[in-house]
Amino acid sequence: MCSLIDIVDLSTAEIDELIEKACDIIGNPSAYSQKCAGKRLATLFFEPSTRTRLSFEAAMYDLGGTVIGFSDSASSSASKGESVADTARMVSCYADIIVMRHPKEGAPLVASMKAGVPVINAGDGGHNHPTQTLTDLLTISREKGRLSGMTVGLCGDLKFGRTVHSLIVALARYEGIKIVLISPEELRLPEYMIQNVLGKSGMDYVETKDMDSVIGSLDVLYMTRVQRERFFNEADYIRLKDSYILTPDKLAHAGDSLCIMHPLPRVNEISVAVDDDPRACYFKQAMYGKFIRMALILKMLEIES
Amino acid sequence: MIIDAIKNGVVIDHIRAGMCMEIYRILDLERLACSVAILKNVSSRKMGKKDIIKVDEMFDIDLEVLGYIDPNITVSIIKNGEIAEKRKLELPDKVTNVIKCKNPRCITSTEQELPHVFRLTDRENRIYRCIYCESKPG
Repeated sequence: MCSLIDIVDLSTAEIDELIEKACDIIGNPSAYSQKCAGKRLATLFFEPSTRTRLSFEAAMYDLGGTVIGFSDSASSSASKGESVADTARMVSCYADIIVMRHPKEGAPLVASMKAGVPVINAGDGGHNHPTQTLTDLLTISREKGRLSGMTVGLCGDLKFGRTVHSLIVALARYEGIKIVLISPEELRLPEYMIQNVLGKSGMDYVETKDMDSVIGSLDVLYMTRVQRERFFNEADYIRLKDSYILTPDKLAHAGDSLCIMHPLPRVNEISVAVDDDPRACYFKQAMYGKFIRMALILKMLEIES
Repeated sequence: MIIDAIKNGVVIDHIRAGMCMEIYRILDLERLACSVAILKNVSSRKMGKKDIIKVDEMFDIDLEVLGYIDPNITVSIIKNGEIAEKRKLELPDKVTNVIKCKNPRCITSTEQELPHVFRLTDRENRIYRCIYCESKPG
């Protein structure tokens, strides 16, 4: 029995296998519609989520399984002071697999140590969110036809954005990836990421504050939200916030095959006017999230094709 | 200053000057009923100054904890007034309940009786990280 807590728990071969499986499910969903018949997934969401919870639930239903769970801690025994370990141990009496989101970093790891069933981390605070990374990798693979030999731009909050950090860690395994880091000075990628991941992997990278100057060179543009609360003063936020909003004007400099991604929710960092552009892939990305989670559930439950 | 040689016991030597009380506390030497000598600021050719702890009785010594504090510390087991064994210390791969995670966002801050476990992630730079939240001790 294994759990998925961090994207580094998966080997590159396993990630490639999951992507391959997800593609097979996309191509032939009916072949998988009863694969999890008789199996039950528990979604333990100690904080609210829209995409992650619904995509896991949709994934399990589309595999023929059933779902139990709660969508916020107020409706669980956590509100009575029950520990994560006890909750996990108790729920594993009722379910074959647990998906957990928790505001505390490391909570899903604690659950995996005590539960008798596989645990999938669906986000632990600002720490890990491995299924978002798998979703991102599937999206790039589907939209670009490969995971190597491309230039990936990451734009916005590169300092605190966990999805950006995990994606860089995952992409570092593939050949010929060039990373373009686009952010204001205040939200640059942390030094430990530059040294320990980009530096150690030998991945080619550049840092810039100017999206316009690099957008034409990108195969993938991964947008994130620049949040007001990350700035020390309001003036800096007001000065910088519009520099990182993707608009049709900015896209005029981009290539025809650019793949625009965003982990969602989007606030204003991508103009609604971009949504109908064929290069906008962020809603497809949300759709791919369900398929990669279907592949993951099958793997965790050791259900063969 | 003269401290009698011990006949059967443990000598913890080459402790960085000023660290002996910390080691005394972490190894919980308070619990021992035997003589325990704490020597501070002893002259050392190699270290300039060092601390030494001599315990006049055999006891179970937690080498992992000592290795975490300083792998250069030496531990000698004394039997019949002679060094019977010198134990080599290493940086342990993990330490449990030696240091506390201080990250308020970590599950250790709320989960009842959860052991605080730190894993060695960078041997060269002696960096340990909490297994739950990956924070460094601080």
